[in-house]
Amino acid sequence: MSNTVAKKRPEYRNIHVTQILKYRLPLAGKLSILHRVSGAVLFLALPVILLPLFDKSITSEISFEEMKQLVSNPLVKLVLLGLIWSYMHHFCAGIRYLALDVHMGTDKYAAAKSAASVFAVSLTLTAIFGLKLFGVF
Amino acid sequence: MANNIGAKRIVVGAHYGLKEWMMQRVTAVIMSLYTVGLFLAVLLTSDLNYAKWVGFFNFTVMAFPMGKILAMLAMLSLCYHAYIGIRDIWMDYVKPTGIRLTLQIFTQLWLLAAAGYTADILWRV
Repeated sequence: MSNTVAKKRPEYRNIHVTQILKYRLPLAGKLSILHRVSGAVLFLALPVILLPLFDKSITSEISFEEMKQLVSNPLVKLVLLGLIWSYMHHFCAGIRYLALDVHMGTDKYAAAKSAASVFAVSLTLTAIFGLKLFGVF
Repeated sequence: MANNIGAKRIVVGAHYGLKEWMMQRVTAVIMSLYTVGLFLAVLLTSDLNYAKWVGFFNFTVMAFPMGKILAMLAMLSLCYHAYIGIRDIWMDYVKPTGIRLTLQIFTQLWLLAAAGYTADILWRV
């Protein structure tokens, strides 16, 4: 049982909120914090933006048209673009974490490379969905 | 041993948090399969309109409401997944027990409301 008793370890709490931007995180660190931020954004948007839109899209033919009307507003499109990025980043970074969990690509170079790949893929997907959203194609 | 009981006991029991960790991964896989499947179905549908869109959610298999059940399972996975993730955020950043407990209860209510709302939406069509 003795190994369940934790020793008092020194604590270093030197990161202050105002210093966050000064910390030079590696790409995998930026990916990690953005994974958390995007998850929180999706959590908050779920019952106030995403579900009401889903409700409108599915309830009736009339509400379906209302939803399309609503989404044609550029401001709503901007909000949706943010949510699309949140989803794409959270999804791609999540796949990377699942791979890491089964010990795939855990060495320094592979991990840095996969972090860069996540940004490349998620930003490309966001761009494609964004262009579609804004009616470019 | 004497200082390992009561108020001084350090809670680090075996498997502590393992179930949540595991379920967060399992629910992630369920949600990714559902959303990728739904996306492909939309992508392969030409001239998407209301009738085709609603069909993705209210289709039945031998009178069984398969579309609704699949959507609801994905939604419940989301709730479980987000409950663990948001709880981790509170555990990392919010130290005072009272505030942390309040935020965790708020999180659960928020997700419970979202799940209820989704069931309501799905079983109306």
